[in-house]
Amino acid sequence: MVDYLKPLPVLDIEGRFFWESCKKHEMALQQCLSCKQFRYPPRSLCPRCHSPEAQWAPISGRGQVYVALVMCRSYGPAWEHDVPYNISLIDLEEGVRMWSNVIGCLAEEVKIGDRVEISYDDVTDDITLPKFRKA
Amino acid sequence: MTGLKNKCAIVGVGETTVGKLPTMSSTGIQLEAIRLALKDAQLRPADVDGLLAIQPADDPRRSYALSVAQAAGICPNYATDLALGGATPVAMVAHAAMAISAGLCEVVVCVLGHKQATGRLGDRRGRLRDGLEDFEEPFGVLGAPAVHAAVAARHMYEFGTTSEQLAAVAVAARRHASLNANATMRQQITVKDVLESRWIVKPFHLLDCCLVSDGGGAVVVTSSERARDLPQRPVYIRGFGEGHTQGPLESPTLTTLGGKHSSEGAYRMAEAGPKDIDFAELYDCFTAITIVTLEDYGFCAKGEGGPWAENGRIEIGGELPVNTHGGLLSQAHIEGMLHITEAVKQLRGGGVEVERQVKDAKLGIVSGHGANLGAHATLILGRHLD
Repeated sequence: MVDYLKPLPVLDIEGRFFWESCKKHEMALQQCLSCKQFRYPPRSLCPRCHSPEAQWAPISGRGQVYVALVMCRSYGPAWEHDVPYNISLIDLEEGVRMWSNVIGCLAEEVKIGDRVEISYDDVTDDITLPKFRKA
Repeated sequence: MTGLKNKCAIVGVGETTVGKLPTMSSTGIQLEAIRLALKDAQLRPADVDGLLAIQPADDPRRSYALSVAQAAGICPNYATDLALGGATPVAMVAHAAMAISAGLCEVVVCVLGHKQATGRLGDRRGRLRDGLEDFEEPFGVLGAPAVHAAVAARHMYEFGTTSEQLAAVAVAARRHASLNANATMRQQITVKDVLESRWIVKPFHLLDCCLVSDGGGAVVVTSSERARDLPQRPVYIRGFGEGHTQGPLESPTLTTLGGKHSSEGAYRMAEAGPKDIDFAELYDCFTAITIVTLEDYGFCAKGEGGPWAENGRIEIGGELPVNTHGGLLSQAHIEGMLHITEAVKQLRGGGVEVERQVKDAKLGIVSGHGANLGAHATLILGRHLD
């Protein structure tokens, strides 16, 4: 088993449930019980209405590319073999935006507006990263 | 000067449960305190335009105030961490009153919250964070270049801005650096040179990106009265503003940043507008940011910054010289302090090499940008008092 050298998220109070939902391949986001807005990154209050009441709701997995970048510079041995790779901002159907990678195609082929679907990447035994593929 | 007496009042208070809060983070505790205080005052997050915070020992961050503001859905025109130990809360109230009295904001939240009992540094030990690294770094978003490239990518998509137009910003900065004895990169470049420099993160080439430098700068500020007794020609603070926004995941747009509100505040205080400005020292971490700032500061319409930066308009001798010292792109990355010292030298007259002295410089504007798109401040400096 090759060591995974890239940065991993730390499962802290705010983020634990989110990362555990990714590990189950059932990514969930907080939805405010008061104003119904979904939020990301995980937060203890709704940024819009400040209600502390939220439920974790599974997402559809569908989204659209808001920004598509091509990382051409390796930031160390962990990334040497990936360069060039796509970094994207993905707008999920639920109305949140997240950083991720669109995989399964050339980095250059990812364009703003592309429709994508979630693709879970089990990078270690403990951590699964939510990535995306073109739909 | 009449001081702060009777100028301001405390209108809401919030107190969390105290003791052991193992299921709450320090940020969560601060958010809960804010929620309760705003509820007490019957105000909403959108009503708040100032925020003062203090770093909890278990969760050091570059700016706790901005981390908390973003989480609370607050986009303040005045925000900072204060650090005076146990005297901080008292000082926060005074700083809030000063900012309100100065017209920077109207409603300031002062917050403190921590986990002395159950907080642990754990995996974060020694690491100065913004707080969103878990949602960035695993995907290869490892600092400023990717985040700022996102601004450029949206600007190109929404307005048709080209790589050549970004390059024009780099060419102008380099020209000014070539005339500056205290600049790192002094060899002039062309648009073609920028476009042929290696890719960092598309759409940024190497020469679209700021330098990495050692160095520092400082300024001495006093009253205009005291300034009369001192040897140098005073350069007056004519206007100041701040405007902080949510980061790229939560902000509704990436092509208008905090500079819009920040410059509006500065212009209002200075009783001036873009047409009165003779030169601009703009925080140029990346070429696209100079373009967005020119638009946000009202020198041209939103979306027109690309063409506006071309054809020498932002060079010495042009309509609005920008970064007359070479900026972060070509002089050095001193995090914006030398943008202030340069503005002072320009306004004194005779403080810089004559080839890069702005003729008849009377009013200059300086921008500060940071916190991965979330922070912005504006200073307007003047050679005269009117």
